[in-house]
Amino acid sequence: MKQFLRVAWVVMRKDLTVEMRSREIVYTTVFFAASCVLVFAFALVREGRPLEDASAGILWIAIAFAGTLALGRTFERERHTETLRALMLAPSDRPAIYVGKLLGVLVLMAIVEAVLVPMVGLLFHAPVLARPLWLAALLAAGTLGFASVGTLFAAMLVRARSRDVLLPVLLYPITIPVIIAGVRGTAAIFQATPDEPMARFWAALLVFFDVVFVTLSLWTFEPLMTE
Amino acid sequence: MTRIFVPLVLIAMVLFASAPLVVANAPVEQTMGLVQKIFYYHVPSAMLLFVSAFVCGIASAVFLFRRSAAADRVALAAGELVVLFGLIVLVTGPIWARKAWGVWWEWDARLTSSLLLWMIFVAYLMVRRFGGPGSEKLAGAMALFGMANVPFVYVSVNYWRTLHPKTSVVMTLAPGMRGAFWFCVAAFAILYLLLLTLRKRLEDQQAMVEQLYLAVEE
Amino acid sequence: MKKTVLLLVLIVVLPGALLWAQQPAAPQGDFVPLSEIPQTEQLPAAPMVIGAYAFVWVALLGYVWSLWRRMTKLERELADLQRRVPKH
Repeated sequence: MKQFLRVAWVVMRKDLTVEMRSREIVYTTVFFAASCVLVFAFALVREGRPLEDASAGILWIAIAFAGTLALGRTFERERHTETLRALMLAPSDRPAIYVGKLLGVLVLMAIVEAVLVPMVGLLFHAPVLARPLWLAALLAAGTLGFASVGTLFAAMLVRARSRDVLLPVLLYPITIPVIIAGVRGTAAIFQATPDEPMARFWAALLVFFDVVFVTLSLWTFEPLMTE
Repeated sequence: MTRIFVPLVLIAMVLFASAPLVVANAPVEQTMGLVQKIFYYHVPSAMLLFVSAFVCGIASAVFLFRRSAAADRVALAAGELVVLFGLIVLVTGPIWARKAWGVWWEWDARLTSSLLLWMIFVAYLMVRRFGGPGSEKLAGAMALFGMANVPFVYVSVNYWRTLHPKTSVVMTLAPGMRGAFWFCVAAFAILYLLLLTLRKRLEDQQAMVEQLYLAVEE
Repeated sequence: MKKTVLLLVLIVVLPGALLWAQQPAAPQGDFVPLSEIPQTEQLPAAPMVIGAYAFVWVALLGYVWSLWRRMTKLERELADLQRRVPKH
């Protein structure tokens, strides 16, 4: 167990160190997410007033789009330098490598969300500070669900042809429950009078999703990544 | 396999030839009228859509964990049939809805979750087709995750809004309708088995031909 | 083997339990029988039923046809192989 966590930690630190050197993914992804929000603003703001209820949807769409970009870039880097194969040859648990990559992606997405949430709050008058803990819980659970499936698929796609289009083609249908739960849950706490039981229901669904899909990913990572 | 194949084909042909007659003879539903007859083809197709999705998911799990190439071919055959029967469900459903609800499409739980399940398996076929070498495993994971996703999609979409007749409608059918309905279910199930075995067989033979090519090249 | 069984239990039973546990008490907006909907538009039912049935048949036959085509292609490949195999 200790060994498992150590490997995961080392893989994550490796990813973040490489990222710190260039900051390529962070800069491009954050900028992309911000442009997404702006595009939605131009589409949905009428006469200076944002559409009711739109902010939660915009927040989650931006997260999903930016997340796909971050996942693609993280593994493109591994492919470019042929390092994923080396990583797989390391004498360590495969699932630990998966957890390490997942943690790296989660950190990246957390940075993006830290920019996105205030931006949506400012531009769409969303009460992001009304229930900060519920919002954080929904974001954490939703991001974990999205990234756990995404990391597995992105890792497998490294070897595939046309991987750029296939990642969203595979990822979006599978993560629809995450998007629905995230949007509905966030919309519930963004209401004038926050609806906590509703938020709790959606957060519970997200946690269930996380448990099932993280376990499934850990189980399938080994046979999937063996050539 | 071949021995039961011929009788199966015969039964399927008889059932399908007589299905329109049986459906036409079934009593006309009072509130919905004639359009209710779509139900006899729509519901069996929907049942097979879900059955086939589970066949594909379980076969993929067996393929991934036991490395059985035969299971992979079953998964591919079932995946194609999910898309075929899903197409039937998604086309006949809106035709019925246009008459019964007045709209072609309604974002109700069962419709939306069927659409999403169908999309997952379209993506499955796309990976198999465009993924290049080694994409069977990726597709297998897609099928497995798609199967695990069914309840989540259902619960999340259900909490949105629901308009579709309840599943209990099958149990409360009038006697005359019940007979016709189960007749159609049987016909579709046999047809499904036939198509599944045929498709699997085609894939087996394709694998054999590929091996022969390799042998000849040497 | 044990792993596969556990896996299947996880995928089938756990979400099933979720489905039961989280079943919303009363879904918003239940199904409304047609008789209660104001019949503002009356559409002819027969063409729609026939259209739906025709579509089912076209889809099924189309699939069988595509299977047939793939088999023909396979046969051609087999013939090609037969030519290439050296005669004994």
